[in-house]
Parts: sequence; C-alpha cells; structure tokens
Amino acid sequence: MTTKAEVVKNFGVVQTEEMVLNMGPQHPSTHGVLRLKIRTDGEIVSSIEPHIGYLHRCFEKHCENLSYEQVIPFTDRCDYLASMANNHIYSMAVEKMLGIEVSEKVEYIRVIMTELQRIASHLLAVGTFGLDVGGITPFTYCFRDRERVLDLFEYTCGARLLYNYIWVGGLSHDLPLNFRQYAQEFIDYFEPKINEYNRILTYNKIFIERTGDVGVLPAEVAISYGCSGPVLRGSGVKWDLRRDEPYSIYDRFDFEVITGDGQMGSLGDCWDRYFVRVREMGESVKILRQALAGLPEKGDVQENIPKKIRPPKGEIYFRGESPRGDLGFYIISDGKAKPYRVKMRSPAFSNLSVINEIGAGWMISDIVTILGSLDIVLGEIDR
Amino acid sequence: MELAAIQTRVGAVHPDALVPTDEGAAYLSMTPEHWADVAQLLRSDEELRFNVLMCLTGYDRGPGEPLGVAYNLHSMDKLHKLEVRIEVPRDGGKIPSVAQIWRTAEWHEREAYDLFGITFVGHPDLRRILLPEDWEGYPLRKDYKEPDYYRGIPVPKDKRGWE
Repeated sequence: MTTKAEVVKNFGVVQTEEMVLNMGPQHPSTHGVLRLKIRTDGEIVSSIEPHIGYLHRCFEKHCENLSYEQVIPFTDRCDYLASMANNHIYSMAVEKMLGIEVSEKVEYIRVIMTELQRIASHLLAVGTFGLDVGGITPFTYCFRDRERVLDLFEYTCGARLLYNYIWVGGLSHDLPLNFRQYAQEFIDYFEPKINEYNRILTYNKIFIERTGDVGVLPAEVAISYGCSGPVLRGSGVKWDLRRDEPYSIYDRFDFEVITGDGQMGSLGDCWDRYFVRVREMGESVKILRQALAGLPEKGDVQENIPKKIRPPKGEIYFRGESPRGDLGFYIISDGKAKPYRVKMRSPAFSNLSVINEIGAGWMISDIVTILGSLDIVLGEIDR
Repeated sequence: MELAAIQTRVGAVHPDALVPTDEGAAYLSMTPEHWADVAQLLRSDEELRFNVLMCLTGYDRGPGEPLGVAYNLHSMDKLHKLEVRIEVPRDGGKIPSVAQIWRTAEWHEREAYDLFGITFVGHPDLRRILLPEDWEGYPLRKDYKEPDYYRGIPVPKDKRGWE
C-alpha cells in the first residue's frame, strides 16, 4: 500500500519494471499449443522461455506396447504436416535392423511421395509465415497449390493428411492409374507458381522490412543447438542429409543444396530461412522430374513386406531429412515383436530451443516473425 | 576415424573413463565420473571434433537394472560418428551435464530427466519438460505404474482393442 506522501513524492517520476507476458497456449501465431513466457521491458523482449508439452501423447510409451508395423500410424501423427517423411524414415530404420532391401520401384515411389510432401509442407510454412507478418493473400495462394498435392495423396492412398502409406518393406498400395501423368501435370503447373510467390511475398518491401536482419542466427550457434533443415541452411551451412549422407536413392538425383546468403540483411536472418524454403520447393520439383522419368513401370510393391517383424537384438540410430530437418529414430530391439525403446529425435524440438538465443532483444512483434521462420510443428515437439 | 581409433585416443587421455564393452559392440561405454572431461575432449580435440550431438536417448534396462543414456555424436568436419553410453544406478543416478558443451543437450537432458528420472549435475535448468510439473513418477521406466487418479480425475484403464 502506497501512502499519500509517497504518491506525492513520486509524482511525475516514470517507473518501469519488467513485465511477464504469456503468449499462448492458444494464440494464432504459435502454430499450435505452445506457451512462450516472455519477459518484456516495454516493447523489448529480454528473455523467452518456451513451455511445451501441451500436446504430449506419450508416443514413445505407446511404441513399447505396439508391434513395429503398428507404430507407423503413430509416426504420422507426430509431424502431421510431413507424415510421408516420418513413415519413410521410421520404415527405413526398421528395414536397416532387419536387413531388408526394397525394390527399385518402391524406392522411387517413396522418393516421389517424400518430395511431394516436402512441397506441401514448405507451402504451408511459407503461407503461414506470410500470415504471421500480416500478409493474408499469399496464404490463400499457397493453400490453393497445397490442395493439389493433397489431392494426389488422396488419389494414391485415400488419406489427405495421415497416410500410413510407407510400410516396412514396401507400401500400402501401388500407384493408381495415370498417377505419373497427374503428378507430371502438377509439377508443370507448380513450377511457374514459385515466381508468383516471389512476386507477391518474397520481394515485397514491407515483408523485407519485417524479416530482413531480424532474428539473426549465426552458424556456430545453430550447430551447437542442433538446428537442422532450412533453419541451419538459412545460416549458410551447406548440410543436407539427402546429399551428405545419402539414404534411399537420393544419390542418383541431381539437385542443389540451398543455403541462405544474407542478401536482404545479414546471413541467417528470418528472410534467409524463409527464402531457403521457397527455393527448396524448386529443388524438389527437380528431383520429382528425374524420379518420375526413372520410375519403373512393373513391380510388386508388397513383395518384400515381412510376415513377421522381429529384428535381432541390438539398436540403431537412423536419420533422414524431413522437411523440418534431421529426423532421427533410435530404436532398441530385444528380439521380440514389440520394440524395447523408440526415441524420436524431432527436428523442430531442437529448432525451437534456439528461440531464446535469437529472440532476446527484439520487439514482441518480431518474436512472432522469428517463431514463424523456425517453422515448428507442435505435434512433433511434444510427441 | 574408426571406433577403435577413437577408443585409443580417449583411453590415452582418460584411461579410467572407459568401461569394457561386449565383443562387437558399436559404441563406447563410459563411467559417469569422467564424462564431463571426456565430452570436452570429444568436442575440442583436433582429430575428433564432434561438434554435433545428434541425439540423446534415455533408456531403462529393466526393473532392478541400471538406467542408461546414449549419446549419438557426429562431426561435420571429420564426418565420423560415435555412440557413447553411460549407465547409472536406478536410484539417485547422476551424470554430469553436457548442456554447456552441446547446447542441444539442454532440452534433451530435461526430457531424459522428465521421463526416466536421471539427474544431470550442472544442468542450468533441470525441470520437467513434456509432463506437467506436478507429475509423479517417471513414465518411461519399465516398472512405472499408472496412477489411479490425476488431480481427482480417474485414469481410464480399459485396454480393450489394444492387445
């Protein structure tokens, strides 16, 4: 209780103190149920403490009670914007433990699906990033095109979001009639659209003002925090598991690893991370063209699916490039039908942990930009 | 660098740190006492230079057995990999934190603490990360029993259709 004498004494003196602000768990720009506890001094943020776990569904505990093939639908629900990539990398980890090789046709279809998924995921990232900084129209453009990728997936396996398509040793369905033609039509339609996004969003002056030079992430910090994917490449590190540790048949395709170059400010700012995603869609189109041309006509996609999945005792750490970065599975087997331990190393988990490092010192509205540029999916962070 | 060469290199500097492993094991086993120094060596040695901690996994060997942590390291410069395992007793097991060496470990160690109850000494902010702060027990331990109630809400235990 302040006395009247104190009020009179302090009259005219401006007092400032730090304010704690909770952003989320329900907030349009946190891309899910994430709570950021922000300490602010006026408009300037002094520290950010992410509170996660609102979407924790005990994925790893579930895995210990399910057989190896039953885990695949659960991996769908981890990163629900890139389910194909999760299916692919989990299935490859189990195949490595079992020592199964899959046929040429299966490998091609897997790469086609994963790259289509990368386009769909990056389109959502680009669109919602525009939304975060106040541009609503690009979002509708991106969703228009993402819809066509989802239509292709629906045509292939009946699901639009959670596919359970890539199985250990094979696929759930063969490609439907005329898929190659439809996929070809899509990439012919899509490739010129990338320029459209560039015209409406990438080189928009207001967008550059909001994102250039904001939230600069130096390469050293990114590596130490375990950032990966477009977040790491935006800082100028040329590292892509598809090229540097080729798995599946990625070593056959000719594509470029996109890195940021700091052309709208400093290397590793939000604009760089955003632009890496835009250009990566173009590289995915390149891979898709080559994969569709090389796709074998004949072949059974289920011939290598094992009747019983019982990997020998041992453990494996296998990682691959999901749209958000290095997705890894550490699986321990005790020789039984259920995995002894499954750990999912999700890329967004490590990407989010860097936010205090790059977000402190910026204004509250810039935190929204920085968070959007990290492109997190809470389903995979909380698991 | 191959595993045997890395083992020799680490053994030359910290002879007490290594624990003998089974024949054909693809990892190095270590004691928790020297881990902080060994981690610093792995990170900064000119020939090793493990600058990326790819994954940190907690695991439980079973009821009555020790708990363990597996560190998967990778070097972006030298392009080699290493898996290190440290096992500690079930009750009161302590491992030095490497959060200051690889910042990735900060959240991953919190996760291992949250789900397995392994304490990391020297961690800047060791709290639960995925579960609520008032959660009791460590769910990924093999002897974990689900509670009957959580904050007065009965926990459903019907598992029909599961097995």
